[in-house]
Amino acid sequence: MNRPKSLGVLRDELTELTVIGGRFRWLSAAILIVLVLLTWRFAHLQLHQHELFAGRAEDNRIRLQVLPPNRGLILDRHGRVLAENRPAHRLVIVPERTPSIAETLDQLHDLIDLSADDLERFERQRQRSRRFQAVTLKPNLTAEQLARLAAHRHRLPGVEIEAYLTRYYHHPNALAHVIGYVGRMDERDLRRLPVERYRGTTHVGKSGIERHYEDLLHGFPGVKRVETNAQGRVLRVLEQTPPTPGRDLQLSIDLDLQLAAVEAMGPRAGAVVVLAIDSGEVLALVSKPGFDTNLFVHGISRQDYSALLADRQRPLFNRFLAGGYEPGSTVKPFLSLAGLDTGDITPTRRVFSNGYFQLPGHSRRFRDWRRGGHGWVDLELALAESVNVYYYQLAIDLGIDRIARELALFGFGRGTGIDLPGESSGVLPTRAWKRATFGEPWFPGETVITGIGQGFTVVTPLQLAHATAALAGRGYTAPPRLVGASEPARMVQHQQAHWEAVFRGMAATVHGSRGTARAIAADLPVQMAGKTGTAQVFGLPDDDDERRRLLEGDIPEHLRNHALFMGFAPLEAPRIALSVVVEHGGGGAGVAAPVAARVMSRALELGH
Amino acid sequence: MAAVMSHRLRLPSALRLDAWLLLSLLLLIAVGLAVLYSAGEQRLGLVWQQSARLGLGLAVLVVMAYLPPRLLQIWAPWLFLAALGLLVATALFGVGRGAQRWLDLGFIRFQPAEAMKLALPLMLAAWYGRRPLPPGWRDTALGLLLIALPAGLIAMQPDLGTAVLVAASGLVLMFLAGLRWRLIVLLVAGAIAALPVLWVNLHAYQQSRVLTFLNPERDPLGQGWNIIQSKIAVGSGGLSGKGWQASTQSHLEFLPEPHTDFIFSVLAEEFGFVGVVAVLALYGLITLRALYMASQCRDAFGRLLAATIVTMFFLYMTVNVAMVSGLIPVVGVPLPLVSYGGTSAVTILAGFGLIMGLYSRRRFMDGS
Repeated sequence: MNRPKSLGVLRDELTELTVIGGRFRWLSAAILIVLVLLTWRFAHLQLHQHELFAGRAEDNRIRLQVLPPNRGLILDRHGRVLAENRPAHRLVIVPERTPSIAETLDQLHDLIDLSADDLERFERQRQRSRRFQAVTLKPNLTAEQLARLAAHRHRLPGVEIEAYLTRYYHHPNALAHVIGYVGRMDERDLRRLPVERYRGTTHVGKSGIERHYEDLLHGFPGVKRVETNAQGRVLRVLEQTPPTPGRDLQLSIDLDLQLAAVEAMGPRAGAVVVLAIDSGEVLALVSKPGFDTNLFVHGISRQDYSALLADRQRPLFNRFLAGGYEPGSTVKPFLSLAGLDTGDITPTRRVFSNGYFQLPGHSRRFRDWRRGGHGWVDLELALAESVNVYYYQLAIDLGIDRIARELALFGFGRGTGIDLPGESSGVLPTRAWKRATFGEPWFPGETVITGIGQGFTVVTPLQLAHATAALAGRGYTAPPRLVGASEPARMVQHQQAHWEAVFRGMAATVHGSRGTARAIAADLPVQMAGKTGTAQVFGLPDDDDERRRLLEGDIPEHLRNHALFMGFAPLEAPRIALSVVVEHGGGGAGVAAPVAARVMSRALELGH
Repeated sequence: MAAVMSHRLRLPSALRLDAWLLLSLLLLIAVGLAVLYSAGEQRLGLVWQQSARLGLGLAVLVVMAYLPPRLLQIWAPWLFLAALGLLVATALFGVGRGAQRWLDLGFIRFQPAEAMKLALPLMLAAWYGRRPLPPGWRDTALGLLLIALPAGLIAMQPDLGTAVLVAASGLVLMFLAGLRWRLIVLLVAGAIAALPVLWVNLHAYQQSRVLTFLNPERDPLGQGWNIIQSKIAVGSGGLSGKGWQASTQSHLEFLPEPHTDFIFSVLAEEFGFVGVVAVLALYGLITLRALYMASQCRDAFGRLLAATIVTMFFLYMTVNVAMVSGLIPVVGVPLPLVSYGGTSAVTILAGFGLIMGLYSRRRFMDGS
């Protein structure tokens, strides 16, 4: 029998209605039962047990207080304190306890000078803080301010003076870029750091060692269980777990050498890096100019900060770590090793320098720094006199790929892995790099100037010192470290004769009668191997007359070339490697080499 | 004009809203903001933020009420797949401390699990709305699979609480669709039998929450603290409470998270048993009104969907209130429309919008 289709649907709907309707009744019943149960529960707690809980709320006076840990000290290699915690006092206000904030601020302004920065920071913190929480108005009060406040405090309800520990740096300028500084925790820090460990902590490492070793320096907070009265005032301490202070850090830096290096640089901007070859320990690490890191601890004023930003010498810029410089002629020792390896040069084969080099079929002249050239030179003389033509030819013979491979072995083009944040990797140009960066192929002329460390190559002073250490160690050295020594490892392999040939040339640079740095030989207690370099800031025109005019006249300071020097000593058994960069210092021989000589002499004198 | 003149409470029918339900919701929201102001240390900023979110939620409510249900039934599978896709994306690229629950789209961060709270019931309602009811074994098996998929993904985040709630929404819908009693008994028995297995697979923090619930004194300064302090807050409120902004438990910082999960304790402390009963009655009123509206819907799709949404709303409230009064362990379920927090408020208001939309197109006054 054929049932009409619509009837089937209708029947289904009827069933559905009954089923769903039944379930709705179940559900409504359940909801009512739950409501009754919940009401019964609250009646039990709030009516039946009210006395009990009211009593417990009244007795509820056990509170937990966090005890923030003391930050670890930072010491130099001989245990001299570089960063410590000093007791200080700050002026705080509990807004809810003052009759009128505006009036209180006016009164305080008459007693101690409140800057616009102070007031703004106070206002900002007040917005974010909880009720009855003290808000800092002025940190780090002077003795005079303290005395004035103490005398008038009875008239100022809600105003309190709190004792606390603050970070203090002993040689802030000289070590600004090594130690860095701590500053007030901001939103980013709050997100980055574990909340539990930073309860009650206000400051955190922002740069340098303070940042890199934050985890060790910080320590662990303790807790105090206290009994309070109904207003929340502490009556007695029931039990406490003391905080675990942060670890003290001993740096490899020798404070005497560091200060000597800063002094040797004088007023010039630049960098000095001194490394112990065997251990990789950093003995001195300077970026000039420095800045007063103590200003940052309490929150630097807008005025001071603008002054730092406006300074043409860019004091906030970390030159040894992130400064990128053309290596100039300091690459020549490394290229020499590559050439000896391939046989493109030998220690004795001589090359004639007539003053310039031309690629076959090209008109551009690549010049020697000495007009008319150096005549016949062997490897030793080519290094000592820094003969460009010798290295133009070598670069073409090696090719950019072989050059890049050799420089990479010495650590160029990548970070050294030093224990500091923000290291730059420099630039080690290759065909692939140029294609990726500029979308252009590599041109032979670019290989030519790479031979004298110009063009695209960029190194940091730290990389240069590390590479020098690897050279001095005949391929062996350890990565630079400020805390704890690292294991030496082989970076490069060359024949002993080749190392020695290059060392002879570098020794002749300083001690030879024609060496570019011969002027400093007299100031050195032992034999030092070295190499000068000049990084172009401003390309000289190709036209001879114009060149002469420019070179004879005074070039403005900010267009003068950067002076570089790298070297190691003592020559027979090298222990110390260094690099020096003097910005806008002109030639490496004139300015950077004397700085290197003074730093090296001091290092040896100090027994390193 | 007629609507204004009439003595009965009625909104313009083009809006497709239900005046009684909307009024009760607004009343609940107002009470919630007042308690939030007190619980949040009188920070007005907090109240403004929450008001903005609720405002957004109300806008979504109006839009959802306007959407033709037919369209939703057609879109259901795609919405479900999209929500499922977001869950997979969260598993792959999610952000969050420890657990990956948030998806960061640059301009907004949200928990895809929240979207699933609506997408799953929608999907199941759309499916069962087209099938003969009560469901046969095939439809039952498919329903369980559709529940297990998102619940499993959320449990892996790991967010067991939300996973259980999402699964619960699916099971509620299947119950309403007429899941056979024999199967229900079987499922409950199976769940009880699975408890030991689940226990072994719980994270240590989840295990300790349960243990602490069973014996709060086990960890009186840690997690037991929350339960003990919340009960003290509730109990000390007494019959009429300590008065607005006068709760000592939250203001002296004994009560944890007074503006989110434990906001009901603040209410109980400040307004006492009278306040508690009033707010519970308000929740009951909203729930029963919405359930009545659900029962009037035109077809199985509408009835199942609307009833499930309102049941879940009631369930959230029950879990939160039971938690703060120490009836069940501490689980992170906010009090719907009252606790501080954005995503859940918007989802809940969207759900009520759906219910109003469905009800406005009911059998006997179908405008279309």
